Amino acid sequence: MEMRQVLSSELEKMMTENENIVVIDADLAKPNGVMNLRKLFPERAFDVGIAEQNMASIAAGMSSYGFVPFITTFTPFATRRICDQIAISCAYAKQNVKIVGSDPGISAEFNGGTHMSMEDIGVLRSIPEVVIFEPVDAVQFKAALPALTDYHGVVYIRMFRKVIGDVFPADYKFELFKASPIQEGTDVTIFTSGIMTQETMVANETLKSEGISAEIINIHTIKPIDREAVVASAKKTGAVVTAENHNVIGGLKSAVCEVLMEECPVPLRAVGVQDQFGQVGKMDYLKEVYRMRAQDIVSAVKEVLALKK
Amino acid sequence: MVDLQAKCVEVRKALLKTIGTLGVGHIGGSLSIVELLVVLYEKQMNIDPSNPKMEGRDRLIVSKGHSGPAVYAMLSTKGYFDESWLLTLNQPATNLPSHCDMNRTPGVDMTTGSLGQGFSCAMGAAKASKIRKDGATIYTIIGDGESQEGQIWEAAMFAAQQKLDNVIAFTDYNKMQIDGTIEEICGLEPLDDKWRAFGWNVIVVDDGNDVSAIDAAISSAKCSDKPSMIILNTVKGKGISFVEKEGVANHSMPISKEQMEAGLAELGGIQ
Repeated sequence: MEMRQVLSSELEKMMTENENIVVIDADLAKPNGVMNLRKLFPERAFDVGIAEQNMASIAAGMSSYGFVPFITTFTPFATRRICDQIAISCAYAKQNVKIVGSDPGISAEFNGGTHMSMEDIGVLRSIPEVVIFEPVDAVQFKAALPALTDYHGVVYIRMFRKVIGDVFPADYKFELFKASPIQEGTDVTIFTSGIMTQETMVANETLKSEGISAEIINIHTIKPIDREAVVASAKKTGAVVTAENHNVIGGLKSAVCEVLMEECPVPLRAVGVQDQFGQVGKMDYLKEVYRMRAQDIVSAVKEVLALKK
Repeated sequence: MVDLQAKCVEVRKALLKTIGTLGVGHIGGSLSIVELLVVLYEKQMNIDPSNPKMEGRDRLIVSKGHSGPAVYAMLSTKGYFDESWLLTLNQPATNLPSHCDMNRTPGVDMTTGSLGQGFSCAMGAAKASKIRKDGATIYTIIGDGESQEGQIWEAAMFAAQQKLDNVIAFTDYNKMQIDGTIEEICGLEPLDDKWRAFGWNVIVVDDGNDVSAIDAAISSAKCSDKPSMIILNTVKGKGISFVEKEGVANHSMPISKEQMEAGLAELGGIQ
């Protein structure tokens, strides 16, 4: 199932049950899969046109009235373009606004560098009280949406838009602000976010065949990060790799390092975009360019294991 | 019936004491909107100072958030909080920061200060009121300098598209901004035509510091089937001669104890 279909069907359910939920778009309702909500809820699903700053502040104004607005656009326009509106109208004013950014990082593919956000998590992570969530698959996204909606505050949902393979089982339980362990291991911990989780599962097959026991933990919520889970696993394995579809500055690597440097410094390598801009290309090509393939995760694991010895 | 002129003197005195006691503050653009605040709070708005969050109340979003001190002076005279709070402006842990903060000050409906944003928030509140069908009017005040922000015009288009006839907005057109006059920096003229072109009902008030004219403009705006923009030609620093004389420099200026006393005496004279 496409992730945007999950968004649409879950919003439909929640809007039916909760008349305070509104969905506001900035001319990307069709790509984000939420256009159908306009027919079902003509008053509560509407477009502001191509005016993302306005959209964020309108959402804050509606929140001040008790509504729970979801605003949707592509990740760069949901973050770097409107970071002051998110910081002041939404977060500083303590409003209850949910921001859905789609096509994170390399998944913007042919939209290229202008639409390819490598920095969106970094932009928002430095704004106090903003929750940053990046789902791995449709199962996790569906499980998480009700809890993220019930949470009062600004939540950024970094959503891959199309079909992506499921990692989590059908009976997956989402716990707000708690990391999701995928596999226990003893040699190394791989902390993953978003689509790099699928890539890690591929890498895991190689690691297993070479006798390397990797503990795999999905950090679906990059902020607030589950400190306890990060520290406990790093203490157990003594070596860490992070894998993210984002600049290694400001995203998952940074968040993990901030915790580990304070509580449990261990050798660490980061797979992700190495402080570069995006460009046009299909995902497979871009993974190769930015060294975000399963084999790059395997190499990073071997590097930290060497450092550990 | 409240004497609106006398109320303006009372609010100006409270405002001057607020900023004068601290010794510095955004006095120019606070003084220019005193008449507007008095008309809104004493005549036009459906509010209950004993229940600041009353459902269905009219709301005021002061998008030019640096006029917080004027809002605080007005709110204190209405009894939203004790007058003694005014002397805590910008003191540690105050409930009255320079710029309006809905989470700190009873009676403040939105946090503002980053220019342009409060105006969009007001459109959000107006849209929300339409969905709730609570009959509220959403008032909002923008600065003339603030009108240089692109976000203002994004929100203006949205209001017309959504037919937000429950919005009554004001431009505090005092013709000055920090770095110079509006005309020198980035002129707005023809401002009334701009708003008309954006689909708004426009009312120009020649003397934006005249309570009767402001009151009449608001009553007229309430009958419009479009969002209304009332352009108030105001005077920055209005009503206190040493402030008014500073012109562009009165946006935020130091005020000595002597100046404060002289200003209070001058205001007392009017009363």
